[in-house]
Amino acid sequence: MAKEKKYIEKDGQKFEVVWEKPKGLKDKPMHYCPGCAHGTLEKFIMEVLDEKDLKEKTIGVAPVGCSVFAYDYMNVDMHEAAHGRATAVATGISRVFPDHLVFTIQGDGDLAAIGTAETIHSCNRGENIIIFFVNNAIYGMTGGQMAPTTLGGQVTSSSPDGRNLATMGYPIKISDMVAMLPGTHYVTRVAFNNPTNSRKAKKAIEKAIDYSLEKKGTCLVEIVGNCPSGWKMTPLESYDWWEENMIPYYPLGVIKDKGVLVEKKGGK
Amino acid sequence: MLQEVIFAGFGGQGVLTIAKNIAYSAMLEERETCWFPTYGPEMRGGTAGCTVTVSDKPVSSPILAKFDTGVILNQPSIAKYEAKIKSGGLMIWESTNIVNGPTRTDITNVPIPAYKEAVKLGNRVVMGMILLGAFVQKTEAVKIETILEVLKKTLPERRHNLIPLNEKALRRGYELAEAIK
Amino acid sequence: MSEKLLMKGNEALAEASIRAGIDAYFGYPITPQSEILEYFSKWLPRKGIAFVQAESEVASINMVYGAGGCGKRVMTSTSSPGFSLMMEGVSYIACAEIPCVLVNVQRGGPGLGTIQPSQGDYFQATKGGGHGDYRMIVLAPNSVQEMADFPGLGFNLAEKYRMPVLILADGALGQMMEKVEFKEYKRWEADMSWATTGKTPDREANIITSLFIEPEVMEQVNLKLQAKYKKIEREVLEYEEYHTDDAEIVIVSYGISSRLSKKAVDLAREQGIKAGLLRPITLWPFPTKPISDLIEKGAKGFLSIELSAGQMIEDVRLASNGRVPVKHYGKMGGIIPAPEEIVDEIKKMMEEK
Repeated sequence: MAKEKKYIEKDGQKFEVVWEKPKGLKDKPMHYCPGCAHGTLEKFIMEVLDEKDLKEKTIGVAPVGCSVFAYDYMNVDMHEAAHGRATAVATGISRVFPDHLVFTIQGDGDLAAIGTAETIHSCNRGENIIIFFVNNAIYGMTGGQMAPTTLGGQVTSSSPDGRNLATMGYPIKISDMVAMLPGTHYVTRVAFNNPTNSRKAKKAIEKAIDYSLEKKGTCLVEIVGNCPSGWKMTPLESYDWWEENMIPYYPLGVIKDKGVLVEKKGGK
Repeated sequence: MLQEVIFAGFGGQGVLTIAKNIAYSAMLEERETCWFPTYGPEMRGGTAGCTVTVSDKPVSSPILAKFDTGVILNQPSIAKYEAKIKSGGLMIWESTNIVNGPTRTDITNVPIPAYKEAVKLGNRVVMGMILLGAFVQKTEAVKIETILEVLKKTLPERRHNLIPLNEKALRRGYELAEAIK
Repeated sequence: MSEKLLMKGNEALAEASIRAGIDAYFGYPITPQSEILEYFSKWLPRKGIAFVQAESEVASINMVYGAGGCGKRVMTSTSSPGFSLMMEGVSYIACAEIPCVLVNVQRGGPGLGTIQPSQGDYFQATKGGGHGDYRMIVLAPNSVQEMADFPGLGFNLAEKYRMPVLILADGALGQMMEKVEFKEYKRWEADMSWATTGKTPDREANIITSLFIEPEVMEQVNLKLQAKYKKIEREVLEYEEYHTDDAEIVIVSYGISSRLSKKAVDLAREQGIKAGLLRPITLWPFPTKPISDLIEKGAKGFLSIELSAGQMIEDVRLASNGRVPVKHYGKMGGIIPAPEEIVDEIKKMMEEK
């Protein structure tokens, strides 16, 4: 079925609309670097919230990290949490609004270093929240320092000779860890490095949101991401490195899916 | 009326509970009262102490350095509190287990073989109640009837069958104290 | 009149919070305040009210940030070391202007210290503790009755001024039992339109944040906070005076040490010494003017009695402003002085003056 074409006029010229921002995104240019996965995630989340008409019952939590300004873009009620504490903040929200959809967006420094305790325990309590975990193996916002997820040998501004596993520890796989906890319902790893993976990623986001509406417990969607600026690469180079190094260590796919949704009759 | 009391004994002897019975009774008798326990690791098998003030006026300091009365259940507490009883005060102590009672002559010395008497009544748990009976006889701080009312309020329904035994213990303690001048 | 009950301070505080309409409690066990957590753990779930025993004080204060940002009546309680862990969150809460009631049942420090009562956290409570220019309204109960009276007042003040209110108690107040009466509670109306409840089409998204990266904006946020604090200084002040009318030596003392001090005043008066007591009930705002006014009335010296090395004394000195001598007496590390020792201090001051 062919969609009806839509046009807009700008400066006396007529343009065909080939793509529109999701209504749930505010009309504000994002601060993310070219090629970064953060903006894509926020776009996808808002698309799903638009499609499912969930914005009125959604409260989000932004972290400290690159998505610290997520509330500037996502047009829902939001909290900006202290570094690492996003899931604790989300716990507070979810406990007083049990029927709301509550999500966090967190990076690897936030969730897997300073906020590990909050992450593990929120998952262990099975808080009915969705954790969107952007893993780009680096501290992006503070200038590309080593993160707990940084790969062995990876050069960062605080591991200039490459991450030495013997002295700096190993890249941590948080998703595998929390998947072991009975409180998590759905844990999956996705990426936006090509259209196929992006489509899968959106499906995963949708699924997590559906599970959360059914109050199934904690869902964690790990976005294996890139960081062109932090990795000191062009966006395109970063896509190659993403595929050749990141995805092999953090393999994509469902880690845990406790239950298939019971289809509700009568559509969305 | 002002009665400042220290209850002391081993943790597990029920010191805090018998002290609470006095504070609760005082409240029911429309007096002012304050119950202040030692707390923390001291409670775990060490010496437990609890201060109770019963007064006609609002209680100022809940923490006291000197006491009108000591109700003492173990040997270490004799040494710890004997010097802290005000001159002319009272020391009621459990004389089955405590070998060396107080030596001061300016306080009234009231040894009560509460443990032995409790065993005679068939339940050593009421040892504290026997000491409370003696306390009531000597100080008139509260009435035995009020303590029984407190037991009704604080004991779970399924334990109310123990109230007659507690009453016997209170009255036995009262009698024993009456005999000591 | 409602029924009189015999309760521990910690339990009375928890019960009163339920009666004041608490919506959520988050906490972590620490002596000597665990009875608060335990009381809530029993009663809140039965009433369908949110309760979480968090993995740390860091987590509890951030749960407060989340639930409080939703406009709900939220509380956490802890004791000194735990309150230190919460400082980051308190600073965020103050900046994001989230109403909540925090409770610190103080114990002796520094460090892991002791679990016995202390008042060593006065600076932390009244002068910051966390980073940045912020204030908390600090209520200092001195009886089990006030442990029951202050949660409701605290929630009302917190919502009126959109800020954290701290109840600064201590181990003695938490552990002791006294008679308590739960008075009829009047909840103040408050504007909660700022809260995150889910964005509806008729309004902009509500954002709870303490991040204002542009210095010009952050300056404005600070100025707004300071204006609010000035307003509170004009509007909120609670203190109690005891025999101050003709007092030559006035004890300034709060919380549990004010109870010792009251007895010391009685003992001193029995010996013909004109002693009095001014008890700050709000530690911030501090009763600076009432203390200063006592000098006009004839006070010849102030004795600050605290279970610390002397912290509140700095505020008493500011109130006295060099006009009369101000001395400190207190004990640290969980030791509590006897009222008789305070009387000796009063006598020393009388001799020196």
